[in-house]
Amino acid sequence: MIVNKILSRQNRALLRELVTTDFKLRYQGSVLGYTWSLLRPLLLFCILYVVFVKFLRLGSGVPHFPIYLLLGIVLWNFFAEMTSQSLGSIVVRGDLIRKIRIPRWIVVISSSVSALINLLLNLVVVAIFMVLNRVDITFSVIWLPFILAEIYAFALGVSLFLAAAFVKYRDVSHIWEVVLQGLFYITPILYPLTLITNVTFQKLLLLNPVAQAIQDARNVTVTKDTLTIAEVFHSAGARLLTVSITIVILVLGILYFKKEAKYFAENI
Amino acid sequence: MASRSNDLEGIAIRVSDVSKTFKLPHERTSSLKGLLVNFFRRTKTFEKQKALQDISFDIHKGDFFAIVGRNGSGKSTLLKMLAGIYIPDAGTIYVDGKLTPFIELGVGFNPELTGRENVFLNGALLGFNHRDMDAMYDDIVEFAELERFMDQKLKNYSSGMQVRLAFSIAIRAKGDILLLDEVLAVGDTAFQQKCYNYFEELKAQQRTVVFVSHDMGAVRRFCNRAVYVSAGTLIAEGTPSKIAERYEIDNLESVQKAEAADAGPKVSNLRSVRTKIVEQTADRVVIKVLYTSKDDLSMYAGISVIRDGFSVGEINTLPQVLVGDGYIHYSLDITPFNPGMYEITVALFAQKNRELVSLGRNKSRFIIKGRDDTRGASVKLADTWSHEV
Repeated sequence: MIVNKILSRQNRALLRELVTTDFKLRYQGSVLGYTWSLLRPLLLFCILYVVFVKFLRLGSGVPHFPIYLLLGIVLWNFFAEMTSQSLGSIVVRGDLIRKIRIPRWIVVISSSVSALINLLLNLVVVAIFMVLNRVDITFSVIWLPFILAEIYAFALGVSLFLAAAFVKYRDVSHIWEVVLQGLFYITPILYPLTLITNVTFQKLLLLNPVAQAIQDARNVTVTKDTLTIAEVFHSAGARLLTVSITIVILVLGILYFKKEAKYFAENI
Repeated sequence: MASRSNDLEGIAIRVSDVSKTFKLPHERTSSLKGLLVNFFRRTKTFEKQKALQDISFDIHKGDFFAIVGRNGSGKSTLLKMLAGIYIPDAGTIYVDGKLTPFIELGVGFNPELTGRENVFLNGALLGFNHRDMDAMYDDIVEFAELERFMDQKLKNYSSGMQVRLAFSIAIRAKGDILLLDEVLAVGDTAFQQKCYNYFEELKAQQRTVVFVSHDMGAVRRFCNRAVYVSAGTLIAEGTPSKIAERYEIDNLESVQKAEAADAGPKVSNLRSVRTKIVEQTADRVVIKVLYTSKDDLSMYAGISVIRDGFSVGEINTLPQVLVGDGYIHYSLDITPFNPGMYEITVALFAQKNRELVSLGRNKSRFIIKGRDDTRGASVKLADTWSHEV
């Protein structure tokens, strides 16, 4: 019933239009247009390669470290982009919210879908580099969609919460900027997790669903030389911990958003 | 107020004891610091504004229902409550049928997108998918008369073009109940005619329409029921002619008060002129034209009678030299006019070249009361019908 309503013809049509509008506006007036979606991760890769592989020689122990790095960055960027864009989505579309009765969540979902499309384009670039670098692609790749789904669910829970809170408290955007910056450094993106020698810290870091998902994604696609949550906790069931955290965040996000959504029109 | 049964048969919308209060912060506490400070001080830094109080009324299926009221009276808030955009603090709103989600024309239009892209976006907001819109696209463009402009960005459209496009899409809305907020306030005469045609069509189809407007002419012409909202309360409910008349009288009183307060220094011109209604009887209005002239130019004074923004008749004196302060009385026969509100403007013209030398600084208004369901617009057409079977 609820799923039918959520995925009704009207809602799907509206979502589609909002997402395409978003894309059109994003690359408006730029000469290269949509190409930037692919060009950006490409250029990023070049920079990472030069700085971390040639200058710093950080992950010399990890096979295919540049790709390992790129995948981490791409996944992190997805999380950062989706949450920061969703944060302002309700306020930015204030004219719609105040004057039309459309389901409020569609606005947040549409910005999350835009981020998702970007992620998929970026992953295409990653895949190209994997082939060029002759990475052994194994069967375990089938886990990747589940890992992506986990990041998406976690990011969605956070996004719904942020978008609703931002309507009332405009400080949220500044706070989230700082929090994102902090999370970036306590997530093993630029450095291999093995650099942290304290096992307790390793465990704490991996309780962050984004960190766990990034490590798992690297493990199933790039190299088995990635420390995953299962290895740190010595149990494959440890993933249930982060999955539970993800579900809790998602449910809390939905509930808070639902509660606040009724008053968006008058609070914006 | 009409007695209400518990039976919902034939009811499209039932509003029962609805109230809404907005919290208006003195200094908007949209920061955490403000929130903390206020929390510890335990002071209220917002004012409660009662936007609507205990509103109750029914809208029946097939009604063309008007919500009338001054600016800030709460009528748009009420419409937004009906649409489900605002949630009532108290009371209930029962709706039977699908509401169109639109309140205003052109909501969601993006100036950076082309006309074509905006059509599809706007259509999606109305609940149409891409295929529906493809099928309707040519009709929409043709109706808006914008064939040549559809691939241009909306920011390059004139406001009239934007309104035409928005209206062409909006009339495709399929809901059972249409909510229209001030659609007539925008656009030119030709556009208003299109609106009127559309309203006629809606009436013929017996669609349920809730209509917010300041245009009492349209309220009289199209609506079959109306409510009058003032300062958040429903002060009258009844036939459109009764409600429109009451609104016009109230409006006139406050405008006259404002103009009386605004009788500031005279314009430092050679001449000035203004009008005043001194007497109104059932068939006559006596208008006093007060003039001041510092030279001895030969000129004539002309007045026009205006209704709904259009002149319905003009008349002027013969040319003569007007010097100093003086006044001209003009007694206007109002029997040729239908009930409604009329405005009088005055101007002085030089005899030579009919050059405009002074324009009246005010508008006098008079209302012809009563109702006549067999006639519309300003001029009372006098003819007889005969039925031939």
